[in-house]
Amino acid sequence: MEMIAPLIFLALLATAGFLFYKKATLIKKTILLGKSEIQYDEPGRRWKQVLLLALGQKKMFKNPLVAFLHLIIYAGFIIINVEVLEIMIDGMTGKHRVFLPFMGSCYSLFINVFEILAFGVTAVCVIFLVRRNILYIKRLASNDLAGWPKTDANLILVVEIVLMSLFFLMNGTDQALQNVQAPHYAPTGSFIVSSMLVPNLSQLPLDTLVLIERSAWWLHIIGILAFLNYLPYSKHLHIILAFPAAYYSALEPAGKMKNMPSVQNEVLYAMDPSKAPTDAALPTTFGAKDIFDLNWKNLMEAYSCTECGRCSAACPATTTGKLLSPRKIMMATRDRLEEVAQNIHQNNSFVDDQKTLLHNYISVEELRACTTCNACVEACPVSLSPLDIIMELRRSLIMEESSAPAEWNNTFSNIENNFAPWKFSPEDRENWAKEN
Amino acid sequence: MKVNTMAEMMASGTMPEYLFWVGCAGSFDQRAQKITKAFSLILDKVGISYAILGKEEACTGDPARRAGNEFLFQMMAYQNIQVMNAYGVKKIITTCPHCFNTIKNEYPELGGNYEVIHHTMLLQSLINEGKIVLKEGGAFKGKKISYHDSCYLGRANNIYEAPRKVLEILDAELIEMKRCRSNGLCCGAGGAQMFKEEEAGTTRINIERAEEAVATGAQIIASACPFCNTMMTDGIKNKEKENEMAVLDIAELIAESMA
Ligand code: SF4
Ligand code: SF4
Repeated sequence: MEMIAPLIFLALLATAGFLFYKKATLIKKTILLGKSEIQYDEPGRRWKQVLLLALGQKKMFKNPLVAFLHLIIYAGFIIINVEVLEIMIDGMTGKHRVFLPFMGSCYSLFINVFEILAFGVTAVCVIFLVRRNILYIKRLASNDLAGWPKTDANLILVVEIVLMSLFFLMNGTDQALQNVQAPHYAPTGSFIVSSMLVPNLSQLPLDTLVLIERSAWWLHIIGILAFLNYLPYSKHLHIILAFPAAYYSALEPAGKMKNMPSVQNEVLYAMDPSKAPTDAALPTTFGAKDIFDLNWKNLMEAYSCTECGRCSAACPATTTGKLLSPRKIMMATRDRLEEVAQNIHQNNSFVDDQKTLLHNYISVEELRACTTCNACVEACPVSLSPLDIIMELRRSLIMEESSAPAEWNNTFSNIENNFAPWKFSPEDRENWAKEN
Repeated sequence: MKVNTMAEMMASGTMPEYLFWVGCAGSFDQRAQKITKAFSLILDKVGISYAILGKEEACTGDPARRAGNEFLFQMMAYQNIQVMNAYGVKKIITTCPHCFNTIKNEYPELGGNYEVIHHTMLLQSLINEGKIVLKEGGAFKGKKISYHDSCYLGRANNIYEAPRKVLEILDAELIEMKRCRSNGLCCGAGGAQMFKEEEAGTTRINIERAEEAVATGAQIIASACPFCNTMMTDGIKNKEKENEMAVLDIAELIAESMA
């Protein structure tokens, strides 16, 4: 066993690492199916966004209580990784608590910090489970989350509680074993949370204690590796992608829409034919009908969405009962991406499946309801932009399918012929100045 | 009051400091025309040199672009930029947040580079410079006023303070609605919604916003956008509160209070 355990551990680690790497590469490839049309300059300001939005969670603090609770889970997640490092080294070398000899009396302080955090994480996970399932919070009870997304959210909270409990059980049995001076269990000093388990555990026979300690150790690390591999299938991918999402989030005023240089040039050449190059290639599509027509930032954002629904809770369309929900726009884009990724995986290249993001995943009615108010972008803790995707799809509707409500067609022809959205004569534009 | 056009100014060999971009609502909509007139009255009183484009002004293309019609937007932008560049326009003031946003943020990469100022910003700096003098015991003194944030000023361009600062000099009681500033609720007009029927839902956006406005108990809803103004006025009517509350543009409130 002494010899075999590290080998099994290494095999597990390698398998988990390999699977994660494979899935991560696939996601990266899928994201890069998007167009690369934007220049991302000003790295200084961008890193500041990462600090403020991703690390600092600035926008979460619009609701300080929830932000604080989320921060505990988030800090716990990051800091507990240091302890996982020790567990990893232990696993690979077959040693037990490899940091202990180096840290001496500081070691118990070190573990106590993790235990306090782990306790905090457990408590917050319980609170979040109650919030999601017992208290009625509109954005969490919404139909957007029906089915898998709701299960996903609960599953991860339960898994975190289980992982933290295993951590406590592992430390508790360890202390019980230390008390009876079992071999291999060097004295560490008492741990603040798990020591509470010791009186009960001490009544168990030595073999059982060792069995529990080892099982908890293995299950804990297997759980962590499983969690790692679960991430890419879950909304919890935001733990990783929130950072690039913050980096690439827009620096310009939110009201500025993305220009379409191809259309700009076409209009320019029509107005001033002398400027037209003889070999001007016509753009093939306008706006986005499917994920291939969006840019990679839009696609990365779909994978970064935490499905928290703050966007939809702020959206004037959603809150007045329209079909549009900006969260659903992000989720639909991700669902379509996953479908395309599967398709490419199975067929080596994309085989037309007679489906598109527009129509099959996002309906015309949804797109028509957006007021471009930017409330969704403002509300999103990761500063994702459902609006960007909505606008690209709207462009496709109008310019590719000529699909507009009759009133809009009238508006268009008024603008074109009378230079105003209403049917007034351009001659009368300055009449207000004369009637004093 | 005589409002000059750029063409007239050019003919007489002078150039105004500002181009006043009136916008389609400000030019044609009967309610919005009053805002336009109120603002030009202020400009006149303060002695700011400005001119309008008159017949040469055309829709900025904002509703077309946001509906998805980029071709039409680009055509309008091209035409407007040609006209303004030909006059050598440098500074633009406008009473419409949509025109403000489009000219300020979207025209530069199409060749139109101007300093663009929303009227609430200009009013704020005129107040700071002491150029706006109010009547004794102004008409709005002690009244309850609630400011409705326009999306295209607020979230789109981060302008939350200027309108509020302007309102402060009225010596009125300023009350915020439940959702204000960056959390402000849209009036429902943006994104070309103004020009079509709302999609099916449980209520209309302007009615939802009017309910929040009514809940403040304010006598005046201050707006800074002609489209918000229309939407809020309709919403308040729907709540049958039009006799208790008025929807007025900040320019109107100042024009009426000026000495
Ligand atoms: S921009 Fe559109 S989707 Fe976003 S909150 Fe406003 S109406 Fe909703
Ligand atoms: S887009 Fe942002 S606000 Fe909306 S659900 Fe996703 S993470 Fe939350």
